Amino acid sequence: MARSISKKSKIINTLVAGFIGFLMFFPILWIVVLSFKTEENAIRAPLEILFSSGWTMESFQTVQARSDYLKHFSNSVIISLGSTVLALIVAVPAAWSMAFVPSRHTKNVLMWMLSTKMLPPVGVLVPIYLLFRDFDLLDTRFGLTIVLMLINLPIIIWMLYTYFKEIPGEILEAARMDGASLREEIIYVLTPMAIPGIASTVLLNIILAWNEAFWTINLTAAKAAPLTAFITSYSSPEGLFYAKLSAASIMAIAPILIMGWFSQKQLVRGLTFGAVK
Amino acid sequence: MATKASRSSARLMISPAVILLLGWMLVPLCMTVYFSFLYYNLLQPGTTSFAGWDNYYWFITDPSFTDAIKNTLFLVAGVLFITTIGGLGAALLLDKPMFGQGLIRIMVIAPFFVMPTVSALVWKNMFMNPVNGIFGQIVTGFGFPPIDFFGQYPLASITFIVSWMWLPFATLILLTALQSLDQDQLEAAEMDGASWLNRFWYIMLPHLARAITVVILIQTIFLLSVFAEILVTTNGGPGTATTNLTYLIYVSSLLQFDVGMGSAGGVIAIILANIVAIFLMRMIGKNLDA
Repeated sequence: MARSISKKSKIINTLVAGFIGFLMFFPILWIVVLSFKTEENAIRAPLEILFSSGWTMESFQTVQARSDYLKHFSNSVIISLGSTVLALIVAVPAAWSMAFVPSRHTKNVLMWMLSTKMLPPVGVLVPIYLLFRDFDLLDTRFGLTIVLMLINLPIIIWMLYTYFKEIPGEILEAARMDGASLREEIIYVLTPMAIPGIASTVLLNIILAWNEAFWTINLTAAKAAPLTAFITSYSSPEGLFYAKLSAASIMAIAPILIMGWFSQKQLVRGLTFGAVK
Repeated sequence: MATKASRSSARLMISPAVILLLGWMLVPLCMTVYFSFLYYNLLQPGTTSFAGWDNYYWFITDPSFTDAIKNTLFLVAGVLFITTIGGLGAALLLDKPMFGQGLIRIMVIAPFFVMPTVSALVWKNMFMNPVNGIFGQIVTGFGFPPIDFFGQYPLASITFIVSWMWLPFATLILLTALQSLDQDQLEAAEMDGASWLNRFWYIMLPHLARAITVVILIQTIFLLSVFAEILVTTNGGPGTATTNLTYLIYVSSLLQFDVGMGSAGGVIAIILANIVAIFLMRMIGKNLDA
């Protein structure tokens, strides 16, 4: 039953919420502005900056030229995509079997998998660091990909499980009755129905892997550093070059910001483990 | 009905995931516990020996441990307070009818997608820098002396930055929960003459109780591990003013190369996180078969 809402209260709501939204979004908006300014203009008073003449792409070029930005960008892409794909290969069969062939252990297994996610990373920092050192994995994209895959595996399994649960088992049974083998059943029947769920799982996990800032910082140096670790090199004194810091920041967050806007709903499902619906 | 064949193939399909996660959990965990009972410093190779409880004793009695615990509690409690109250307010606001709701919601949620190192650096330099930061320019514009945020209020500044990053999370989850509230119930209450405050207190809040608990538990688990924000802004300082437990363990293991001490700290961090995790797991478990 939709009540008629007065236009006036709707306008007031819009203004208040819009103001809050603007405040929350302002830092992001601000670095967009600064990134197109010259260094001299970027440290002036806020209003002067906004109306100062001259917008330039200079900072973006400098960031690339000085610190090989594209290398770190591609590290981020490879690590976040790689870890997600690897995890998916392990997670799809696991989630499938728990959703469609549940046993009395399924619930416990699922809970145990989630509990591994609650382990604070710093609790295993020392052994992982030493293992990486001994196996020559420090500062390699491969090593980091594996760690991020393991970190996100519980969430991926969990999300896929909840999506698979929504697919009626009768359809799969019908396929089986018609003589489909297990392989055919998964490829031709289950996968097409599960694609939306798998896609949102992938999206959320790329975001999580892209922004992961504990292992990426501690396990990489110059060579394999993704953007999270690369940006730390701006902590000082380069941080005082506002235009360059802004340009580097914008390039680091833009792709994920766009993906994030598409995955708001999956965020709730993926990060609350189904405890909020 | 699952046949016997499909059941065994199901077990086969789940095993890679189980083996990987088991290895990921058990191997490092056992190593951490083992190292925590050793005198083991990477700077003094070949001098490893059994230490008993010494590492724990020294780690806990070190004054920086007390500081770290206090800072961790302040950071977690501060961020939880700001994000829960703020998120509740934002969710109630965004749930109302308005123009451009989608756009406004996106603006509120956006900070969650900014990587921790970027948000910390942007706030530190563009906003909290005493001379050129926006806050500094506003303050001096009104004729007040500039504020050195990270010098005078380091922990509060970090709490503020982390809150900015987590407010969207609380908002999003509480908004989702709010939208599942039965509208008829609210309308009936309104017709019976219940004020907004009464409807909020007796209908909305009980409905949201569960979501609020989930927000608090999940955030606590992540907030115990805040690291990058501290690393790029203050390096744990001045002194130990912003060293939380995670950062303290990082310092003793990777900066002082004291494997034994760092591991003892790691075990303590795991125990602390588990206290929270038990409650969270219980809530998730209750919802699982529903």
